[in-house]
Amino acid sequence: MSEALVEVKNVKKHFEIGNGVTLKAVDGVTFTINRGETLGLVGESGCGKSTLGRTMIRLYENTDGEVLFKGKNAHQIKGKDAAQFHRDVQMIFQDPQASLNPRMTVMDIIAEGLDIHGLSRGARADRVKELLELVGLSKAHASRFPHEFSGGQRQRIGIARALAVEPEFIIADEPISALDVSIQAQVVNLLEDLQQDRGLTYLFIAHDLSMVKHISTRIGVMYLGKMVEMASSFELYAEPLHPYTQALLSSIPIPDPTVARERIILQGDLPSPANAPSGCVFRTRCPKATPQCAAEVPEWKEVGSNHWVACHLYQ
Amino acid sequence: MTDHLLQVENLRVHFKTYGGEVQAVRGVTFHVDRGETVAVVGESGCGKSVTAQAIMGLIPNPPGRIVDGKITFDGKSITEMSKKELLAVRGSEIGMVFQDPMTALNPTMRVGTQIVEGFVRTHNVSKEEARKKAIEMLRLVGIPDPEKRVDQYPHEFSGGMRQRVVIAIALANTPKLVIADEPTTALDVTIQAQILDLLRELQEKQQLSIVIITHDLGVVAEIAHRAVVMYAGVVVETGSVEDIFASPKHPYTWGLMRSLPRIDGTEKERLVPIVGSPPDLFDPPKGCPFAARCQFAMEICEQQMPSVTDFENGHQAICWLHDSRAPKIDELVAAGRQAG
Repeated sequence: MSEALVEVKNVKKHFEIGNGVTLKAVDGVTFTINRGETLGLVGESGCGKSTLGRTMIRLYENTDGEVLFKGKNAHQIKGKDAAQFHRDVQMIFQDPQASLNPRMTVMDIIAEGLDIHGLSRGARADRVKELLELVGLSKAHASRFPHEFSGGQRQRIGIARALAVEPEFIIADEPISALDVSIQAQVVNLLEDLQQDRGLTYLFIAHDLSMVKHISTRIGVMYLGKMVEMASSFELYAEPLHPYTQALLSSIPIPDPTVARERIILQGDLPSPANAPSGCVFRTRCPKATPQCAAEVPEWKEVGSNHWVACHLYQ
Repeated sequence: MTDHLLQVENLRVHFKTYGGEVQAVRGVTFHVDRGETVAVVGESGCGKSVTAQAIMGLIPNPPGRIVDGKITFDGKSITEMSKKELLAVRGSEIGMVFQDPMTALNPTMRVGTQIVEGFVRTHNVSKEEARKKAIEMLRLVGIPDPEKRVDQYPHEFSGGMRQRVVIAIALANTPKLVIADEPTTALDVTIQAQILDLLRELQEKQQLSIVIITHDLGVVAEIAHRAVVMYAGVVVETGSVEDIFASPKHPYTWGLMRSLPRIDGTEKERLVPIVGSPPDLFDPPKGCPFAARCQFAMEICEQQMPSVTDFENGHQAICWLHDSRAPKIDELVAAGRQAG
């Protein structure tokens, strides 16, 4: 039933930032994404979640490890295979203002992928109109420019552009963070409908845990370049194992004044990924850290059915 | 009535732009009592930040202008003050915490100097005393190693620490009221939890009143005593946080709550978005501003602004549904409209 569409194996992405210092933005991450599911990726700013998404779609070359898409190494493929990969995998960006060219009409923005892949001969305008209607805009919008739209509408244009080349896998990097609450739900519902109709697979990157839990089948939690825990979204909330996941979940404000909760307030700030702590990267803020945590890197291990965690408490 | 620390009455603020005059705030009324936290909630463009700027006397004129209304703080009328009188209130009796701590701080000035800048201006103190005050403030907001930190520059602080510095600046003159405009929006959740805790703790210690401007209903439930829900420049609902969350009275508030997924929910439910988008404030609708997006809109809603309906405990809403002549919500649901 669950067929792996994307396999990420020990992927690393390091950046040289001068003076011989290496910033380990993503440092050895392993997981798979099954066809038709939504994998949510959460973590705080600087944890490497966006870098991971960008490495998977080959916007960045990887430093080590491999990304297999339908069994083929995404960073090795050339020619026809590469062209097919760039059709099959598409991206939706965070800021719909910055990711649409202000000098292009909506028609040209959405059709750009069609033109590049030679998919639109004869039917370009029809195809764009079809896509506009699919994402809940009207065909009259095709001749307009991005500045004439609201934030939510612009994000719909970004989604139409991604869908134009009929991808199988979409990486959505904070697609709703720039939108107002009442508009967020509109876009999330649209993404869910499209997934159902077209069997799409999503990697949904966000820092809003409630929305990620809502949309995802499974969730991965990242901290300082490492994946610390991964489980089905229900299980991750009901039974978080990693101390970081526990703290993260308890920090989310719940829109209900009658809920009294025990908060785990983490002390201190995220260390710099250019100078990550030895052993377990979370140990400097972890309320349960032991000397072993400084000495050894915890293994990424499956501790329950499909529940993975990297923590010495569960080794 | 006399006990309100801050009273905003029928505030109207307009901005002149090339495209015409934007009516950003259109008759806002609310009050803040001593030692109370009031949250002003709403989406971008609803006028919540402009309201905060008006309270601080920070509306840039031109292009902005307070067209009508009255703001009374501690018995004094802010709207009638001269620039010089305003200076004495702003920063000493009312402190302000901004959204982005990086742009709120001067990158070329030591943190300690920034914290006591206002304090030094109003108190005649020596350099050593000022430095001591700065260290004391840093300790108050929970910055470790304040003796060393006081001489550092903003870039040496992380985002959460910078926000603590901004809070220290706001509190340096022991104000009666702090206005915090989206104080945690730029921060990560674990840091947000730290800052909200700090604000709560400081409020108890110093008997502060806080006005917190936010779009996050989670933050409202977490920290505020009362909430003011704004939409398109108008207060659509106000009341205690308990009342607003337990029995919201305005369709916009219902919509906001239903469009949020619950992290502690056990079943996956489809989100119910509010269709459409907010009205254009160059030419606001003459009736209820939410009518165009409201499932329960009636003919009157588009024609005429509803008046305030009072419920228990100072809970108020403006909506035609609460008019005695309006059909009951059950009847509307029976007639095929979706339930709130």
